[in-house]
Amino acid sequence: MKKLISIIQKESLHIIRDWRTLMILVMMPIALVVIFGFAISNEIRNIKTIVIDPSRDVHSQELIRKMEASNYFKIVAYEDHIEAVEGMFKRGKAHVAIVFPLNFGQDLIKNNGQSIQVIADASEPNNASIISSYIEGIVQTYQADVLGKNPSLMSIIPEMRMLYNPGLKSVYLFVPGIITIILMLICALMTSLALTREKEFGNMELLLASPLNPAFVILGKVIPYVALSFIDLLLILVLGDIVFDVPVRGSLALLLGESLLYISTSLSLGIFISTVTSTQQAAMIFSMIALFLPTVLLSGFIFPIESMPVILQWVSHIIPAKWFIIIIKSVMLQGSSLDILWKETLIMGAMTVIFIMASIKKFKIRLE
Amino acid sequence: MDSIIIDQLTKKFGSFTAVDKVSLRIQKGEIFGLLGANGAGKTTLIKILTGLSGASSGKATVAGFDIHRHVEKVKMNIGYMSQKFSLYEDLTVRENIQLFGGIYGVSSDYIKTKTTLVLDQLGLQDSAKKLVKSLPLGWRQKLAFSVAIFHEPKIVFLDEPTSGVDPITRRQFWEMIYAAASQGITVLVTTHYMDEASYCDRIAIMNAGKMEALGSPGELKAAYQVDHIEDVFIHIVR
Amino acid sequence: MRTILYLIRKEFLQIFRHKIMLPALFIMPFVQLIILVHAADFEIKNIKIHIINHENQNWNVRLISQFMASEHFVVHQVSNSYTLAYQQLEKREVDLILEIPKDFEKNLLKSNKASVFIGANAIDGMKAGLTTFYTNSILRSFNKNIVLEQMKIANSRSTAGIQTKTVFWYNPEMEYAHFMVPGILVILVTAIGMFFTGINIVKEKEMGTIEQINVTPIRKYQFLIGKLAPFMLLALMELAIGLTLGKLMFDIPMEGSLWLIFGFSVIYLFTILGLGLLVSTFSNTQQQAMFISWFFLMIFVLMSGLFTSIDSMPAWAQKTTWFNPVAYFIDVNRKILLKGSEFADISGHFIKVGLIGLVVNFFAVLNYRKTSA
Repeated sequence: MKKLISIIQKESLHIIRDWRTLMILVMMPIALVVIFGFAISNEIRNIKTIVIDPSRDVHSQELIRKMEASNYFKIVAYEDHIEAVEGMFKRGKAHVAIVFPLNFGQDLIKNNGQSIQVIADASEPNNASIISSYIEGIVQTYQADVLGKNPSLMSIIPEMRMLYNPGLKSVYLFVPGIITIILMLICALMTSLALTREKEFGNMELLLASPLNPAFVILGKVIPYVALSFIDLLLILVLGDIVFDVPVRGSLALLLGESLLYISTSLSLGIFISTVTSTQQAAMIFSMIALFLPTVLLSGFIFPIESMPVILQWVSHIIPAKWFIIIIKSVMLQGSSLDILWKETLIMGAMTVIFIMASIKKFKIRLE
Repeated sequence: MDSIIIDQLTKKFGSFTAVDKVSLRIQKGEIFGLLGANGAGKTTLIKILTGLSGASSGKATVAGFDIHRHVEKVKMNIGYMSQKFSLYEDLTVRENIQLFGGIYGVSSDYIKTKTTLVLDQLGLQDSAKKLVKSLPLGWRQKLAFSVAIFHEPKIVFLDEPTSGVDPITRRQFWEMIYAAASQGITVLVTTHYMDEASYCDRIAIMNAGKMEALGSPGELKAAYQVDHIEDVFIHIVR
Repeated sequence: MRTILYLIRKEFLQIFRHKIMLPALFIMPFVQLIILVHAADFEIKNIKIHIINHENQNWNVRLISQFMASEHFVVHQVSNSYTLAYQQLEKREVDLILEIPKDFEKNLLKSNKASVFIGANAIDGMKAGLTTFYTNSILRSFNKNIVLEQMKIANSRSTAGIQTKTVFWYNPEMEYAHFMVPGILVILVTAIGMFFTGINIVKEKEMGTIEQINVTPIRKYQFLIGKLAPFMLLALMELAIGLTLGKLMFDIPMEGSLWLIFGFSVIYLFTILGLGLLVSTFSNTQQQAMFISWFFLMIFVLMSGLFTSIDSMPAWAQKTTWFNPVAYFIDVNRKILLKGSEFADISGHFIKVGLIGLVVNFFAVLNYRKTSA
């Protein structure tokens, strides 16, 4: 036990002396929470819009005013000719053009019909389709207001209830997601590099040649990273709570326990990577390809797993982060308990065991 | 003519003085040994002379060039082998030789002929295409020395070149040093091994940054009235 | 010049001696393109829905059958128990509950209006958003049909109103891949440029080989060019591989000049390699270098408009993109490939990225020392 502590002390000193890495470990969760919480969102606002309105009558002006008032659109130019649109699109000065016909208002009243042309820059297809539906919505409301048509038509009105996240806040998603990524990063990536580094410098043999149990050696090296990741976990939870009111509705003990399990899974993965690679560079490339990208992309952190092709959905099953994200979201937002999450927990546990066994096997082969 | 002239050279790291007003002249073709315990300032002195580190005060010329003003010219005329093996382990023997030959501006034809010569001398003909990583330590050190003098420098600095090497290889290594010196290359070598000190023409013993003794091994033994250099060393360090 | 060539040769020998390197160079773009393009395609099928229905009236059945017919929904169960539905939602067996309240048809016929209740599991906001979007569009078209039927009955006058016609330029089929691929190529190129340069130089520090180099008469600029040029070439090669894969796999359009893209890439890589160099001057171990690069790369990518548009960010966040080379390159790539923008359209980006590059490289060279202490 004393020996274990001395190894832990040695590795902790390593980490603490390396103030740059330490600083980033603290900065990263803060930066991520700020970016996801404040800077980026899936909402689309301030779309740069060109208006071409040769008629300039009450109705067209009023419609334009309505669009501006909606905050979705920011009119950057009034043009006379449609030819101007292409140049502005190519320079990225605008993303949509709304073209009114001549005598818009007149025809609207007289003929009871008129059409508006919308030109959307579909190089960003999602945005383009959302923009076009915004415009349609605004036009239809206007039409209903002004022309007051058919008030007595039959309709079904949906009443939406967003359970567990009534405001559809994206931070509710990102806080659990950031925790998942950062724990994986510290535990798997950092430990795999730390262990390979020892190998590269031949220090590993030195430690292994000592009368210490190899398991102790490795345990001693990874425990400081466990501590670090726990600090980051708490940091994110507190930040999420104070700044964005992200709740922990379930039991905090369960949340921490599950996190510990996930940390073990990540660590065992990191150890496994270090047993199959011999240089830090190789460990890094391996971690990037096999670990980091899939964790970010296929865990359901940013993209819903359901929207992926079936093959990728299968692949996502072997990614520990996927299961942890389900667990942590359920515990934090839904207040779920273990009787709902036993399956996911079991899967992560099994993964940990498999990685550890594989590492031991690899390790033994090398020693012989 | 003196190859290296050191005048009151001092290097401070904050309040710690690593090299303390060292003055020294080393002749062309001389094998000069620098002795001292760990941290005595040997490596720092060598780093200053090779331009890897700047001096805090004092002057020095190496191969006739001032180490402050003409660093690049100094570098052109020296070879260096550090205590940590510093060839590229993931390059082959031949690739390492070619690389450093090329860096010093040796012509391609000459690199080719001389590489064959060097490989023959080292007995590494069959290993030319092997990664340096796969060579035993002794071979690597001999290779590193050959690379350090490949461009035929006027002076070669060897920082503990034989630490961790077996006695037979050490013997061979010193034969290589003698061969280089006989071609007129000045050798400045630091070492832990006292028996190696007696192979040198002259030695200096450093302690806590200061140069405490200077002379040929025989002179020093006579001056301190002892039979072994080791005793001189112990006497000084105490 | 000859010295530089020797250094470049050495670098390539080392890079390709790593057995993992070559496959990584080819597999990385492949994997990234496949995963990112497909993963980021926001369309969900098979949303599991539980419908709570209390009466089997004509309109109820019609509404339910709309959901059954939709390609986005799978009706998991139709029951009359809210408790059961709620349990299934909690266990994630279903994603959505639709409740058709009692007297639905009666209300509809009597007052022309009836409500339905929709409960979505909003733990995954993106999915919940899409789910409600699909639900709404089903209800909207259902409403439209009712209206049409009523009008037929009433034989009312024409209701033309205002029509909006949208044309989608540059990507009429609305291919999501055409939007993603140019951005992903940037990530690829950046990762190679930043990680490998930084780590490569730090590795020489760690192994001590840099000392052997520093004692030679190599000039600072020779060493730096010898380090940066190979990675510049490697990254350009990676870009070429990525573009080819993008064309073969996703048939991305190439409206503008490829020369322009490669021209911009050179300036961009100058900046990114400078960043890698800067990181390396601050780090002593590869672990550090990787971590620092990773940190900045992540922020650059998140704030680059790759997934979310920059225009929608708050003003302060938009300002940070002035200093974000990744944002410029993604924008340039999309403009050239999809819109066929020409040099005149993006000359501002050239200048800005070039300026960032000069500043970064200035500090990197300043901070890089051949002598220690």
